Amino acid sequence: MVSQITSFSRNGVSDWLVQRVTAIILAVYTVVVVAILLFEPQLGYAQWRALFSATWMQIFTLITLLSTCAHAWIGMWTAGTDYLRPHALGPGANGLRLVYQVSCSMILLVYMIWGIKILWGN
Amino acid sequence: MKNDSRPINVGISDLLFRFRWPLPALTSITHRIAGVVLFVGTGFALYALDLSLSSESGFEELRGLLLSPFGKFISWGLLSALAYHFIAGIKHLLMDMGVAETLEGGIFAARVVLFLSVIAIFLNAVWVMQW
Repeated sequence: MVSQITSFSRNGVSDWLVQRVTAIILAVYTVVVVAILLFEPQLGYAQWRALFSATWMQIFTLITLLSTCAHAWIGMWTAGTDYLRPHALGPGANGLRLVYQVSCSMILLVYMIWGIKILWGN
Repeated sequence: MKNDSRPINVGISDLLFRFRWPLPALTSITHRIAGVVLFVGTGFALYALDLSLSSESGFEELRGLLLSPFGKFISWGLLSALAYHFIAGIKHLLMDMGVAETLEGGIFAARVVLFLSVIAIFLNAVWVMQW
């Protein structure tokens, strides 16, 4: 068996589980943030700043950002390996898929570092 | 003699023109498309978070962006992609647990996803218009 060197955890079952666990984390964060925005429509800068200065919110946000990156890596990998194939697109597809996968990974890495800077750098 | 039960290679054109798309297939591809939209949308969200936390004037600048018609439209689009991906994702998790795995169950679950998503996308529009 050839191992998939571009998949998130090099293991389909592990990727499957990571996809589900991160989905739940992303869902909970979405509900919490939407609830805050809905119940505080007149939210000002001071309150917003205080919220993101709270340790629990910083940890929650960073875990969510990590989850986003893992979840999106697995999702974009799955879509790429389904559609960017020589069978569907011709002989150039393997090279194209590698470029696509490396690009997705780099963008997610940028998101991760950018997020850390937003949370702790500003 | 031509053997019609022979396996065939399925290409993009077959997918687009040869086969009928059942409802669960349509909700599945929409889930993927929404996911790719959110991959890009995460960049928008980080930009907004960065601006909102940079300073008081950055916060007000973001408020101005979100109140402009274009900002409202982008917000509505991304919130709608998020809502759809969220609802279809919950269906996925339920199906992982063995819920709605039959043909009828799958079609019913796809209809529920569409129904709830239409409501959520409408509510997003209401939210975005009045904020």
